[in-house]
Amino acid sequence: MAQTRKELLVDPLVDNNPITLQVLGICSALAVTSSLQVAFVMALAVTFVTSFSSFFISILRNQIPGSIRIIVQMVIIASLVILVDQLLKAYAFEISKTLSVFVGLIITNCIVMGRAEAFAMKNPPMASFIDGIGNGLGYGLILLLVGFIRELFGAGSLFGITVLPTVNNGGWYVPNGMLLLPPSAFFIIGLIIWAFRTWKPGQVEDREYKIQQAEAH
Amino acid sequence: MEGLISLAVKAIFVENLALSFFLGMCTFIAVSKKISTAIGLGISVMVVQAITVPTNNLLLTYLLKPGALAWAGFPDVDLTFLGLISYIGVIAAMVQILEMILDKYFPPLYNALGIFLPLITVNCAILGGSLFMVERDYNFAEAATYGLSSGFGWALAITAMAGVREKLKYSDIPDGLQGLGITFITAGLMAMAFMSFSGVKL
Repeated sequence: MAQTRKELLVDPLVDNNPITLQVLGICSALAVTSSLQVAFVMALAVTFVTSFSSFFISILRNQIPGSIRIIVQMVIIASLVILVDQLLKAYAFEISKTLSVFVGLIITNCIVMGRAEAFAMKNPPMASFIDGIGNGLGYGLILLLVGFIRELFGAGSLFGITVLPTVNNGGWYVPNGMLLLPPSAFFIIGLIIWAFRTWKPGQVEDREYKIQQAEAH
Repeated sequence: MEGLISLAVKAIFVENLALSFFLGMCTFIAVSKKISTAIGLGISVMVVQAITVPTNNLLLTYLLKPGALAWAGFPDVDLTFLGLISYIGVIAAMVQILEMILDKYFPPLYNALGIFLPLITVNCAILGGSLFMVERDYNFAEAATYGLSSGFGWALAITAMAGVREKLKYSDIPDGLQGLGITFITAGLMAMAFMSFSGVKL
C-alpha cells in the first residue's frame, strides 16, 4: 500500500480536500451552512455514511459485477442514509426538520459515491474506512468554516449562543443579513479556495488562455 | 390549470433547483465549461427529471404512503421509511432504461447525451426533485409539471453559467482564484440575480 493510514486520514483535510480540490459534495456544503449546529450534524452524518459505505463496499468489492456496481453501491449507501435519517428523526427532530431533504441527498452526495468508486473498489476494507473518515472530515472542515463565518457575521451567534449582541436585541452589532442568504455561501467557498490555493500554490489550475504581457519600452 | 402554470414558473425561476437550492452543484460546476456540453447535459436532466418525479409520485401514492397498500389488503402498512431507497432505485433504473432506448432507437442522440447519462444518477437535482415532491405533497399533475419545469430551470441555469465561463477564460484572474474559485463567485452572483425573482408572487 502506497499510503500509510495516517496519510489517508490527514491528506483529504487540506492537501486533497474533497470540496476545494476534488469538487465533490458541494450541494449540501452550500445549503446547510447557515448555522453552525446544522453544519456540525451534517458533517457528522456525511462522515458516518462515507466511512461505512466505503468499508462495506470494499468488503464486497470482489463480489460486485462491474456492470451493476453503481446500483449495488447505491443500495448500500441508501441503506446507511435511511439509518441516519431515522436516527435524526428519533433523537434530533428539530435539526432533521431544518436539514429537510438534505439528509436524503447524502445518497447523491458525490463524496460518498466518488470515494466508493475511486478508492473503496480497489483497496482493502480498513484503508477504505479510514479514507472515508478522512474525506468526511475534510468535508466537515469546510462546512464548519463556512458555517462559522455565516452564523457569526450573519446572526451574531455561534451554535445558537449570542456572541455579538445584535441591534435588534439591544446590542451594538448590525448583522449582515446577506450572509444568511444562500448566495453568500458561494462567495465564502470561493474565497476559501483562493486562500487554500495561495497557501498551497501546487493546487492552482493552469490557465486555458494566457494574456499576452505588454512589452516594456 | 392556472395553479399548474404558476407552479411551473415558480419552479423555473423563483425556486430554481441549481441557484436557490444548490442541487446538482457538482455537475453544475464540473460540466459548465462549454455551452454545447452544458446544453446536452441540461436536456438530459430535464428528460430524466420529467420522467422520474411523476413515477416516484405514483410509487408514493400506491405503495409507500400510510394506507397506500389498501388495494392489496394491507390498510395499516406504512412503508415511508423505504422512500429514499425506492426513489434512488427508480432513478437508477430509469436512467439505465433511457440509455438503452436511446442507444437502440436514437443513436445520434445517444452519442450526444450518452456520456452524461451515468452522471445523472448521482445528480442531486434529480433526487432532490423527487424529495421536494414528497415533502410538498404534490398530486400527480403537479408532480409532472414540477418535474418538467424544475428540470428546465436547471438546464437554463447551467447554460447561462457555461456562457459566462466561456467569456471568463479571457479575463485576467489572480492565480489562486483561477478555475474553481472564480466559478464559485460567478455562481454566487448568478444566485443573487435569481434571488430577485423571489419577490414575485404568483
